[in-house]
Amino acid sequence: MSNTNRPDTNLPEPKEFARRIRAHALQMVHAANASHIGGCLSMADILAVLYTRILRVDPNNARAPGRDRFVLSKGHATAILYAALAECGFFPVDELKTYCKDGSILTGHVSHAVPGVEVSTGSLGHGLPIAIGMAIAARAEGRGSRVFCLLSDGECDEGSTWEGILFAPHHGLANLCAIVDFNKIQSFGSVAEVLNLEPFADKWRAFGWHVEEVDGHDGTDLERALSAAPVASGRPVVTIAHTVKGKGVSFMENRLEWHYRAPSAEQLAAALAEVGA
Amino acid sequence: MRTAFVESLSQAASENPDIWLLCGDVGFSVFEPFATKFPERYINVGIAEQNMVGIATGIALSGKTVFIYSIGNFPTLRCIEQVRNDVCHHGADVKIVAVGAGYAYSTQGYTHHAIEDAAIVAMLPGIEVFAPCDPQEVRAATRLIASSRKPSYLRLSRVGEPNLGSGAVTDIRKPRVLRDGRDIVILTSGSIASQALVAAEMLEKRGEDVGVVNISCLKPFDATSVRDVTHRATLVVTLEEHSLCGGLFSKVATTFAGEARRPPIVGIGIEEQESGTSYGGSREALLDAAGLSVDAIIARIERELRKRPR
Ligand SMILES: [Mg+2]
Repeated sequence: MSNTNRPDTNLPEPKEFARRIRAHALQMVHAANASHIGGCLSMADILAVLYTRILRVDPNNARAPGRDRFVLSKGHATAILYAALAECGFFPVDELKTYCKDGSILTGHVSHAVPGVEVSTGSLGHGLPIAIGMAIAARAEGRGSRVFCLLSDGECDEGSTWEGILFAPHHGLANLCAIVDFNKIQSFGSVAEVLNLEPFADKWRAFGWHVEEVDGHDGTDLERALSAAPVASGRPVVTIAHTVKGKGVSFMENRLEWHYRAPSAEQLAAALAEVGA
Repeated sequence: MRTAFVESLSQAASENPDIWLLCGDVGFSVFEPFATKFPERYINVGIAEQNMVGIATGIALSGKTVFIYSIGNFPTLRCIEQVRNDVCHHGADVKIVAVGAGYAYSTQGYTHHAIEDAAIVAMLPGIEVFAPCDPQEVRAATRLIASSRKPSYLRLSRVGEPNLGSGAVTDIRKPRVLRDGRDIVILTSGSIASQALVAAEMLEKRGEDVGVVNISCLKPFDATSVRDVTHRATLVVTLEEHSLCGGLFSKVATTFAGEARRPPIVGIGIEEQESGTSYGGSREALLDAAGLSVDAIIARIERELRKRPR
């Protein structure tokens, strides 16, 4: 298997993929009167690059042993993940309409009952340790598969996240790629106000990681950073993606309330117009 | 018990190349042979139990069987949410092994007394819970969980426990009769069973007919077999080195709860203690203070017997 781009497929360019999944997520959150649209939109471009350019996953063989693993540790940003999986063909796009509805498997925090999802998350600080375990197993088997784990900035408050950050470089997990959706806002305020992470990149470096810092909405930048592993030093790679919470919808950008609110019908129409749906 | 566990695990690991062992920087002079024999399947994760459980889950979800090992409350209560969300919810093939059941780490104090662990873990979905009473049962339980493909919790005492009972362990999922006797049946779980045997012997000298049965498998709880081994009893006693809340007593009491004709059930275990209660001394002293010494067990049973119409 090539170590760079996935062999694929009929998927569109990242930009177009991101446009589609932003539109789906907005519609899903509106229809379900759900929350977390801000954190969905901030990671749309990351998911778009991962699923169209990076991840070697096959919707027709979702459990193939040699696949790359993707663990969404910020399990609240679920609408956009489900949208990405549907766009990839893991399940029909039409099913996105059942998001958060009675009897649907598309729950408000990520569920591994959904085709293409590796692990259920939702309580923060769980994803990175699990991803580490997957990376250890993949290395032991010499499968050459890589493990990607997307974290929120807020969950870097969790001690368990730092247990993982300490562990991975010690064990030289070169097949592990953490990504932080660094949108600078957490549940109750800005990261700087609630619990400052800075100097953030320096902390990862001091723990022994290879750090890539990128504009998390620039597809080219993201693709380069997410293709970096394995690096020559054998260190795990973290991509700190500087993002904007609510990205793509002007009245949602950098606004804390969109961690909680669902757009009204009028707001949805305006938002869809802005993302180009 | 620890030795029996490590030997059985090593045996299982030499037969099955998918068995891994992670420890939380615990097990000095215990795991060195395993680490030497299977270096690629052994990791000392460091003192980070939440991370250990997550890592074990990730390895298990990649098709392996992962044992994790630490002291009493550390691989259980410290990381209970990881056990719930990561291990149990995914049905990950992770075996949590805790050493130091009950007051086994006596003098080490409150933090090292594991007296709620079995109940708390057993409450989680899909996990099997084993509290063997002697090295033979530890071997049987380790063999079983190594191939069960299910999340499991194995609660070990410490070192030097004797083998109890004369018979071999045929099925670790079933109650094991350590001593025949019909009228009074003491159901136990874990190494405290040895106290029950001594108490039974002394009660016999006073004319009572007392059986002792260890229930190593607390979950799934074999209610049918428990009814079978107590069906002639006029008094059922449960004895556990654990909180009375949610452990063996709760499970036995629940078994009989809906039945119109049932024997009285006396629960002997650790009562909830007030905050700040000082815990010190040997295991014997702590058992004594908790009402779990042989004398206290006998006194408690005799008190029940005196309630009977003569
Ligand atoms: Mg954030």
